[in-house]
Amino acid sequence: MKMIVAVVKPFKLDDVREALVAAGVEGLTVSEVKGYGRQKGQTEIYRGAEYQVNFVPKVKLEAVVDDAEVAGAIEAIRAAAATGKIGDGKIFVLDVEGAVRIRTGENGSAAL
Amino acid sequence: MMKSHTLRRLAETIVAALTIGAPLAAIAQTAGAGAPTKIDSGDTAWMLTSSLLVLMMTIPGLALFYAGMVRKKNILATLAQSFGATAVITIVWMVVGYSIAFTGSGAFIGDFKYILLAPMGLNSVSPLAPTIPETVYMMFQMTFAIITPALIAGALADRMKYSAFLLFMAAWLVLVYCPIAHWVWGGGWLGAKGALDYAGGTVVHLNAGTAGLITALMLGKRKGLGTENMAPHNLAYSVIGASLLWVGWFGFNAGSALTSNVNAGMAMVATQIATAAAALSWMAAEWIIAKKPSVLGMVSGAVAGLVAITPASGFVDPRGALVIGVAAGIVCYIAAVHVKKMIGYDDSLDCWGVHGVGGALGAIMTGMFASKAINPSGAPKGGWLIDGNIGQMVLQFEDVGAVFAYCAAVTFLILLVLKYTIGIRVSDEVEMEGLDINLHGEVVHG
Repeated sequence: MKMIVAVVKPFKLDDVREALVAAGVEGLTVSEVKGYGRQKGQTEIYRGAEYQVNFVPKVKLEAVVDDAEVAGAIEAIRAAAATGKIGDGKIFVLDVEGAVRIRTGENGSAAL
Repeated sequence: MMKSHTLRRLAETIVAALTIGAPLAAIAQTAGAGAPTKIDSGDTAWMLTSSLLVLMMTIPGLALFYAGMVRKKNILATLAQSFGATAVITIVWMVVGYSIAFTGSGAFIGDFKYILLAPMGLNSVSPLAPTIPETVYMMFQMTFAIITPALIAGALADRMKYSAFLLFMAAWLVLVYCPIAHWVWGGGWLGAKGALDYAGGTVVHLNAGTAGLITALMLGKRKGLGTENMAPHNLAYSVIGASLLWVGWFGFNAGSALTSNVNAGMAMVATQIATAAAALSWMAAEWIIAKKPSVLGMVSGAVAGLVAITPASGFVDPRGALVIGVAAGIVCYIAAVHVKKMIGYDDSLDCWGVHGVGGALGAIMTGMFASKAINPSGAPKGGWLIDGNIGQMVLQFEDVGAVFAYCAAVTFLILLVLKYTIGIRVSDEVEMEGLDINLHGEVVHG
């Protein structure tokens, strides 16, 4: 099992979600985060006081999938989230040691 | 033999004449002294409404305007300043404020006969507003007395102790606002000389702005100014607050006619035109200099226009209002944004830049654009540009100078006493962590 962690632009969330559903990924956790990579922040000005805001709002998705589905999920995310401009985001893959469905107690792949 | 209802009407008239006779006799220089007055229901209805509109300007107008501009950790504390000031000022006004400001015949202060409003009965009428009940006049003036010190909160945002703030409100009302209100409106020396301040350009705005400047200097700068991100938490609140201020201000300016008549109508028109003009001129100045028209800028411009037209509203025609508005937006933009940066004092929410500078500008432009055709009884000699009365300019400068000097001196003394008794500034830890949780035990979640 692997956890796919993707940081994408917030307005792309729905497109990515639909693409993952189409790719057979049935569960997802989403959080609102801030971050930066090569995309620099913005300058805000309030009555002459300037503030350099370094962090840009993003959305982080986490999905745990079987090893066989990892490649398909990554491609689904990448195709849906890309705009071609700086700040599109990144996808990471982490190893998952175990999973449990709370309602039934099922383990491993059966829990996904 | 008189019919019983005629007899009763006669008795009521005699009682009414006796009740108003005493205060009328005390005041020498009021129009209509000694003449019987009649309560006008149209005037009373308008003044009842105006009082509510002006109260709304403070809560929640000013409260939201300021609270939206501070960081999230200080929102509740900022709201508590407007709200708490409203409650404190109401009581202090009742106890002694109204008496000092609007009764008696002294040149500098009124008298102390109206302590706890004791002489004010159901049928009392003030000679300063002869066609409405005194209850309504007192209440209307109370709402002005509430917003003036509450405005000062803009300068002391993010760093003042709440106990010191409430005491400051009470002391400032009695020692600064009430005498100045008496000088200009209550029968005192500035009004008697002929200085023109229709709804409080000097009494309210220059006054509060000057106090704000002194307070900002005495409290010192916020920790982290220039390095920490102090961006407004929620400018949507500020837009809501500014909008409530704009609408409420018709009670402030048109209500200062004290009657429901042609003066109120012209004051309303002047207010609307100046405000819109100032919002646009601040927006234009900012668009040119900073490349983008900010929302904070356009609402600040509107407030600057409201401030500047305040002393002029009942004396100028629509064209004068237009010029005053355009000037206010540009001058206050430069004062609040560029001059403040150059000098470096921390008037956090631009109490001096908008209210102080705007009030002084408006007072001086009142002298330029006042027209005796617009207000023959209030400005019988008119102003400089329209009526050729350059002497009015001297009076306006006197008004501005006297208010600035007295307010600065006494505000400084009040804060000095508070500073060396209970202390006025919160500790560094409290300031870093936030006022909401430390002063009030509450936070805004989410």
